[in-house]
Amino acid sequence: MAFLDAHNISYAYGDNAVVRDVSLALEPGKFYGLIGPNGSGKTTLLDLLIANRRPSTGTISLKGQELESYSRQKLARQMALIPQEFDLGFDFRVSEIVLMGRHPHIPRFASPGPEDLAVSQEAMVALAVDHLGDRLITALSGGEKQRVVAARALAQDTPLLIMDEATANLDIQHTIQIFQVVRRKVEQGGIVLAAIHDLNLAAAFCDEIFLLKEGRLHAAGPPEEILVPTTIDQVFAINCQATFNNFNQSHQISFQWRQEKS
Amino acid sequence: MTDINHHNSPPYMLLMALSLALLLGIIVSAGMGYLAITPGEVARIIWAKISGGSPAGGLDPTFGYVVWDVRLPRILTAALVGGSLAVAGVLFQAILLNPLADPYTLGVSSGAAFGASLALLINITVITAFSVPLFAFLGAVATLFIVLALASVDGRLGTNTLILSGVIVAAILSAGIGFIKHLADEQVAVIIFWLMGSFASRTWAHVMLVLAAAIGGLLIAFFYGRDLNIMALGQRSSDSLGVDTARTRKILLVVGSLVTATCVSVSGIIGFIGLITPHLMRFIVGPDNRKLVPVSFLAGAILLLGADTLTRAVLPSEVPIGVLTALIGGPFFCYIFRKKQLHGLS
Repeated sequence: MAFLDAHNISYAYGDNAVVRDVSLALEPGKFYGLIGPNGSGKTTLLDLLIANRRPSTGTISLKGQELESYSRQKLARQMALIPQEFDLGFDFRVSEIVLMGRHPHIPRFASPGPEDLAVSQEAMVALAVDHLGDRLITALSGGEKQRVVAARALAQDTPLLIMDEATANLDIQHTIQIFQVVRRKVEQGGIVLAAIHDLNLAAAFCDEIFLLKEGRLHAAGPPEEILVPTTIDQVFAINCQATFNNFNQSHQISFQWRQEKS
Repeated sequence: MTDINHHNSPPYMLLMALSLALLLGIIVSAGMGYLAITPGEVARIIWAKISGGSPAGGLDPTFGYVVWDVRLPRILTAALVGGSLAVAGVLFQAILLNPLADPYTLGVSSGAAFGASLALLINITVITAFSVPLFAFLGAVATLFIVLALASVDGRLGTNTLILSGVIVAAILSAGIGFIKHLADEQVAVIIFWLMGSFASRTWAHVMLVLAAAIGGLLIAFFYGRDLNIMALGQRSSDSLGVDTARTRKILLVVGSLVTATCVSVSGIIGFIGLITPHLMRFIVGPDNRKLVPVSFLAGAILLLGADTLTRAVLPSEVPIGVLTALIGGPFFCYIFRKKQLHGLS
């Protein structure tokens, strides 16, 4: 039994179908990449999987139970989200934001226990933001903020971690750092589902790729089978070459940047 | 290693200091006025009333009457309204993710003003002394539900949609109030005076009414304190952290609005307390709503009690309290805001 199982789910904004008849299953110990052009339905599909929206048709089950039967709190103990953008108008401290990740684990009127503090601290160390604990979140750079949000999701300590283009606004150093940290979670039996724009990043870190085109699951499988020139051309309409790269030891794609001279 | 928990202890010292200041404020204020009574005497009168004995030392019985039946109801109403508006302000700023929000953002004050104006226009006071507050309350509640219905899409309440709906409905109601004033002829002064707010000749019944609203508002705000903090991250994130954002938002909007409606129906429209108190307190205790709610309640109570005492007992003639809070509160807020900006985000 898969951890999360989506069966023929569809979703439409009014008459505009955005997710069409998608089925997918997530198994423990795997890193899944969700790939597709802008407007192909990635964010809406993630919204359905995190129960932020309800599919118009189809069913989703989590550990064999219907997703809808979970309360928000129970759901938050199963899956965490790292969103793409993070904007906060109030001056919370970094340590307070990370500790919010423990919310689903702490009873309403209880104070955070030693375990909550330890897990939060560990998450901050993993993402190298532990020295920022006392700083105000509003005074951080974009890269620092995003690492804090990642630390919060890590502190939530859930089997499934969902990333919605979590590193889209980050430089390469911090992108790699966040991906290495969540990859470690996968090695320990966790599941990551990440919407990713950068195909090489996806190829380097993912075990399985879901390729979306116009709301449909166009292809699914290991990166070296999915991220190949013909399939990429079908979905993104670009010329590319795919090879195994000896330097970074992974399947990589190189694009034809400029128009051919004729 | 930073101590991750040291910001989370409750601000006991500040709460104690504010409680003490409020208590002293009440006693000193009750002695101020045309008939000057010393704080000691006020304390003895209050103690005697509470313990059921008689104030020893041969105090003038008029003193007892003035303190207990005239001044204290007004003072306590002012303090409770101030505290309640401040708590409602905290709620609205946190739910609408907008530091410019105040208890009146959803048009509750306009609804109350419309109801009260209507009652004053048709001179309904003949029926019962409480009909103006009642009409004000009904107007506020009706407005709240119209705004909620207008802003609700798919069972969701977006923060921007809510603010916009509130602005639209308030604009329509303002036009309605203008029309009522136009119709009112010589009654127009009464309407204008009510709209500017006043605590004059409030009774213990008013105190009890606002007390009930204040306690309800405080308890519910405190109950949802942690959820409110997390809701600051936005709906998608707060949902993923285990908060039922849509439901919590709706509950707290209704509670905040009911508290505000009660205040407005009792005292008229008093601006600025609900906006500045949460800001001032956020400068001191930070954005954690579990600290902000109790601290803002006490601070709001002190501020409005101070303003009402100023207009009642210090100024040569009574200035409408709503005007006074805006006149003092506005510039004061500018000063604090500017100072904070210049010092940067330290």
